[in-house]
Amino acid sequence: MHDVSSLPATHAHTPPTGFIRKYVFSLDHKVIGKQYYGLALAAVFAGMVLSWLMRIHLAWPAWPIPLLGKFSAVGAPNGVMTPEYYLSLLTMHGTLMVFFVLTNAPFAAFGNYFLPIQIGAEDMAFPRFNMMSFWTTFAAFLVMMASFFVSDGPPISGWTAYAPLSAVGKDAGPGLAMGQNLWAISIAIFCIASLLGALNFIATTLDLRTKGMSLARMPFSTWAWFVTSVIALLAFAVLLPACILLILDRVAGTSFFIPAGLVLSDKLQPHSGGSPLLWQHLFWFFGHPEVYIAILPSIGIVAHILPVFARKPLLGPRALTGSMIAIGFLSYMVWGHHMFVSGMNPFSANFFSVPTLVITIPATIMTLLLIGTVYGARLRFTTPALFCLGFISVFISGGISGFYLAQPSLDTYLHATYFVVAHFHFVMAVASIFGVFAGSYFWFPKMFGRMMSDTLGKWHFWLTFLGVYCVFMPMHYLGLAGNVRRYSAFVDDYLAPLIPVHRFITIAALLTGGAQFIFFWNLAWSRFRGPIAADNPWEATSLEWSTTSPPPFDNFGGKHPVVYRGPNEYGLEESGADYAMQTSPPNNN
Amino acid sequence: MGKLFAIVVTVIALVSAAFFAMHTWWLPVDISTTGPAVDHQLTETLIGTGVLFLAGQLLLGAFAWGSSGRSSDRKTKVFPGGAAPLVVAAILVVGVEIFTLTFVGSKVWGAIYLAPAEAGSLQIDVQAEQFAFYFRYPGPDGKFGAVHPDKIDDGSGNYFGLDPANDVAARDDVVVGSLVVPVNQPVALMLHSKDVGHSFYVRELRVQQDFVPGLDIPLHFTATQTGKFEIVCTQLCGLGHYNMKAYLQVMTPGDYTQWLKAQESQ
Repeated sequence: MHDVSSLPATHAHTPPTGFIRKYVFSLDHKVIGKQYYGLALAAVFAGMVLSWLMRIHLAWPAWPIPLLGKFSAVGAPNGVMTPEYYLSLLTMHGTLMVFFVLTNAPFAAFGNYFLPIQIGAEDMAFPRFNMMSFWTTFAAFLVMMASFFVSDGPPISGWTAYAPLSAVGKDAGPGLAMGQNLWAISIAIFCIASLLGALNFIATTLDLRTKGMSLARMPFSTWAWFVTSVIALLAFAVLLPACILLILDRVAGTSFFIPAGLVLSDKLQPHSGGSPLLWQHLFWFFGHPEVYIAILPSIGIVAHILPVFARKPLLGPRALTGSMIAIGFLSYMVWGHHMFVSGMNPFSANFFSVPTLVITIPATIMTLLLIGTVYGARLRFTTPALFCLGFISVFISGGISGFYLAQPSLDTYLHATYFVVAHFHFVMAVASIFGVFAGSYFWFPKMFGRMMSDTLGKWHFWLTFLGVYCVFMPMHYLGLAGNVRRYSAFVDDYLAPLIPVHRFITIAALLTGGAQFIFFWNLAWSRFRGPIAADNPWEATSLEWSTTSPPPFDNFGGKHPVVYRGPNEYGLEESGADYAMQTSPPNNN
Repeated sequence: MGKLFAIVVTVIALVSAAFFAMHTWWLPVDISTTGPAVDHQLTETLIGTGVLFLAGQLLLGAFAWGSSGRSSDRKTKVFPGGAAPLVVAAILVVGVEIFTLTFVGSKVWGAIYLAPAEAGSLQIDVQAEQFAFYFRYPGPDGKFGAVHPDKIDDGSGNYFGLDPANDVAARDDVVVGSLVVPVNQPVALMLHSKDVGHSFYVRELRVQQDFVPGLDIPLHFTATQTGKFEIVCTQLCGLGHYNMKAYLQVMTPGDYTQWLKAQESQ
């Protein structure tokens, strides 16, 4: 099975020998993929700690949090955070998670490592751009984190940075001077990196597929990364100029997002002619497709992994890829559903509502196809398989609440409440992260040549699965009760009875977060001590499993694999094995 | 392991749905003329999506249960009819749900946001700023004074930037920190922001509307019950966002007239 059917490579790479070119400024997509993964791990750790701090503050506002006072004496005198510091942490949590985790981990990290291998290429189409896109992302990360260390701390305007709060500068409040500048510069840099990455993914997918690897034979994960790169190319191309305009408003005295007659800190602001809604339109024209940039790769990863453990083909492969493309297309027509009550013309609410509801059709199709794949399967309950099942469950839970928020008539009550927080955490964050977990346990043997502990993996799964439901399901109830999000304390009379629910959520968040250390430990321990992995430990079909674990520098040892079939051939009856590798010629059966 | 997953996912789904069904945490009493339609739409959506939610989770659990513990030589089964019935079901079920929700919901939305305020509505001007709401009544002359942003001065209580020295209409404007309205009287608000984005949210009215700097945004409602209700800001507006609130006081017409007179005489 591992006798790769192949052609000689047309040109050979020579692996670099120096430490710097091998591990730091490497052109190898596999190293770059690992670098993205490491960066996402650092960001997710920071983002998770921020969420703990916020949750503790919300549940027990007067509690001094150990070490926090030392980290920021201004933001948290004696360990008790100020309202503005809460908003700073909130901004940084959202920004780190959306950009540096949910965009980086399922898309940039796994995509970089596995897209070229899954299509039988030696590397990305533009290895230098690839290296540049990682290091540009890294620079964006450093600039973002630097905002913790400037005098008035990170910005307090949220990850959405609505103007004019984000545009007028220090008169609007703490964190809105240098902190907000760093935010806007960091995101602009991130956009450049993402554009480079997206171009690279598209060119690689279209140009570097090996012999026999037609588009229809590409694994679902590759399809997802491909569709996602097209979305990213258009989305970040809008956010980049938006950030540049924001920076100009802030430092060059322009008024793209600031109208006339604003009085802040008793000062009439020297601006006129701008539109705050313009920022919202530009931001959400990026922001909503960003949701699909976060979730589509995980859908692809799950669709790629589930059949491996179900030992049967994915149900409706064409319907699945068709649904991905439909979502990519529709993702550009729905941004206004974030703005139903924003003050834009209320007539347009219906225009944005309909495609938002329509997008649930391809999403439902994909969900049903995944569920239908579980039907009659011979499931091997490994950790990645469990995370695939968990993904389906949380994706249903997150998708369902979309029906509410897509309707302007309900958004009038639910907008800006915890119902929204519950919705996007389930559908975008938790579902996407479950895809990343499934991918991590599944591909770790290929990336590092060692197996992860399945026992620890299962503990990690069960605690996380129960935990996320305890954290995010009650947020729906809070939203129904009208609990407004982005409040650093609940001083309104009607919010007082809801505080016990917040305490429950905080305890659940701390425990669920704690369970992630099982994962971190498993990664670190297995990297050095895990059992040696075979080339194809899961008996999977796609090309990454036809090479060694880990793959050689040029992926296939100086040869190009030849592909004879799709990636979905499981549960076969005609041969001794119940699956056929993409490289196994038809006459071998 | 499949059976364990099936049990866990079933328990999660049932417990989650039960809290929705029992209204353990729920919307407060509705006090507006447009609110009942919103609540009705919410209930319809809850039922429709509740069925989809439970069906999805329980099917997933059932299939996971059925796919576990099988001997390794047992053959797998394809979903009956393949992908086509699922695709058709998704398009039909979700399509019908979308069609129904949109058809009804657009009318609900239209009644709040597209229909103009009734003739003879009580006109009230609302100014939002970091971190307070101010309400302005036109006074006995029925006219609002013009607004001059350069004259805004919180220190002297000139929250709207009025110029009573030169503007006759501004002299009798009543500016207060609470929104006081008579019951069953249509009210037309005009929302302005002094500085950054804010939002007007009264849960009991089932309305929410952002203030956008540079824009005058109309919003109307009719309160059907007397009482005191919280108005809170839902658009992140800075460090005091959590504490930006005011009260809506709905009074009997007699009490309202008395209150207004008292304000005008100050």
